Amino acid sequence: MISGRVWKFGDNINTDLMMPGPALYLPEAERVRYVFQANRPGWVDEMRRGDFIIGGSNYGVGSSRPAALSLYNLGVGCLIAESINGLFFRNCVNFGLLALECPGIHAAFQEGQTAIVSVDDFTVRNEQTGQVLKAAAIPRQLVDMMCGGGVFPLLEADGLIAPLPSKEAEVSRSGASV
Amino acid sequence: MGSPILNKILARASQRSHVATGDLVVVDVETVVLYDSNFFPVYWRDPLKIADPDRIAVIFDHRVPAPDRSCAQAQITGRKFAEKFGIKRLHDVGYDQGIAHTVAADKGYPLPGTVLVCSDSHTGGGGAFNCAARGIGGPDIIYAAITGKTWFAVCDTIRYDIAGKLRPGVTAKDLFLHIAQIHGDHSNYNVEFGGPGLKNLSLDARRTIATMGTELNAEFSIFEPDDRLEAYIRERNPKAFESQMPDSDATYADRRTLDLDIIEPLVALPDAMIKNAQPVGKVAGEKIDQAFIGSCANGNLDDLAIAAKVVAGRRVAPGVRFLVTPGSQAIYRQALKAGYIETLMDAGAVVTPATCGACGGGHMGVLGAGETCITASTRNFKGRMGDPTARIFMGSPATVAASAIAGVIADPADYMTETLV
Repeated sequence: MISGRVWKFGDNINTDLMMPGPALYLPEAERVRYVFQANRPGWVDEMRRGDFIIGGSNYGVGSSRPAALSLYNLGVGCLIAESINGLFFRNCVNFGLLALECPGIHAAFQEGQTAIVSVDDFTVRNEQTGQVLKAAAIPRQLVDMMCGGGVFPLLEADGLIAPLPSKEAEVSRSGASV
Repeated sequence: MGSPILNKILARASQRSHVATGDLVVVDVETVVLYDSNFFPVYWRDPLKIADPDRIAVIFDHRVPAPDRSCAQAQITGRKFAEKFGIKRLHDVGYDQGIAHTVAADKGYPLPGTVLVCSDSHTGGGGAFNCAARGIGGPDIIYAAITGKTWFAVCDTIRYDIAGKLRPGVTAKDLFLHIAQIHGDHSNYNVEFGGPGLKNLSLDARRTIATMGTELNAEFSIFEPDDRLEAYIRERNPKAFESQMPDSDATYADRRTLDLDIIEPLVALPDAMIKNAQPVGKVAGEKIDQAFIGSCANGNLDDLAIAAKVVAGRRVAPGVRFLVTPGSQAIYRQALKAGYIETLMDAGAVVTPATCGACGGGHMGVLGAGETCITASTRNFKGRMGDPTARIFMGSPATVAASAIAGVIADPADYMTETLV
């Protein structure tokens, strides 16, 4: 069970809004500053680690760029949307961002309310109103990857990729795809 | 109940007799394509083994030749990876340079009836070759290279039956804009194309449509195979393949007819392509600063040919930058031999080396604040090609070329009639 304060966004929030082209090749610390700069300037300063995002339909439409990683690095605790683009969902799995599709979620929350999420029974509860919504179930393997840091920890544990040279290397990760 | 093409390919690749909507399947990957962006530190983790070097291709495309040191370093990492594991299909800056999906098509890598993955969202263009090709994430690609496998959730298919023939000056891009306008979003569906009109669509045209399937938000886009396709692949790739037709009693979420004869040139307005297009006549007269033809969707030989036809004997309007980026150096050479490049350059077009370039706002044609561009490429999201205040209209290569000449968005029909023999 995890809970977080929610921020609401609309339909078709695309990857370029989360990670615009000019930010792609910047160091990670600078790149996260661009998240939602075009549609909601200043959000990265208002949000706190552990906050949730509630989206409308087709959240994350667009490119394969690691926009989910920027949300993860900002500390977004969970993404819940009416529907999530298939490629963006894959990147949530890849980079360890918990992401749920939950029809009705957008109308069930006011911004600033608290959502309580369980991935045991895929429910989302509004702490203020008590309303409980059912999210789409996700295969357990994928939930484990989303909650376990994504693909790289798995490959590393199986000795299939080289460990990162140091903690600093992770902090300075930069570069992306279009 | 019978299966659509995608279900049959995913069933074969997962050694199952049948797959159904909602199944999570682990599939064998026939081809893994890596490109320069994979080798940036954000994505890259050095594999300690890989499944099979002959199933991997490394193709540098997004920012080539390297415009800065971070790109140069990523390419060094990519070259070292190819060398370490003996990967022969390395397409570096040079003779075989080009956009990953275009070079893969040039070389016949997307084998019919198999699975191909790459971590670029427009990988779906390989669906033109009856290949289950799609974009996955960066870490997914490393996983696929190491294990030879990836996962997909099976979803329903929407079938398009193609009939008739496109009129002169109307292109596959207009057909895509028509589908996006009439049928809208295709999230959580595969799209399948076939039918009697397929024979009237070149492989380049099919690649444009399959590539733009990503912009319909489809999971996979796939075409039925035909003799032309199979001959094309056999000339280029010695590997055996079994192309897949849908079952005659295949179950579809919906079945729709596309009558090519009624398609007319369309232009998508800035920021979105789904249900955001107008007939070109409605936006004609809109002043432009830049016109661009390129990308995995529109950097094909067909695209350069029609652009050359439109601009032949004319000059680009003063104040307009007309940029043309062939999808691969191989296409560039073909266009050179056919005379298209000379025609374009005589008109005042700047023809760049093959790269993703201006399409993604990476380099070679980035837009400044408040500028207006009409593009024949993949995507017109806000900020996609540079400054977020720039406006990006999306049209066919014929419409873009006509607009470059006019200096304002223009109907290609006005230019085609005079140049068609």
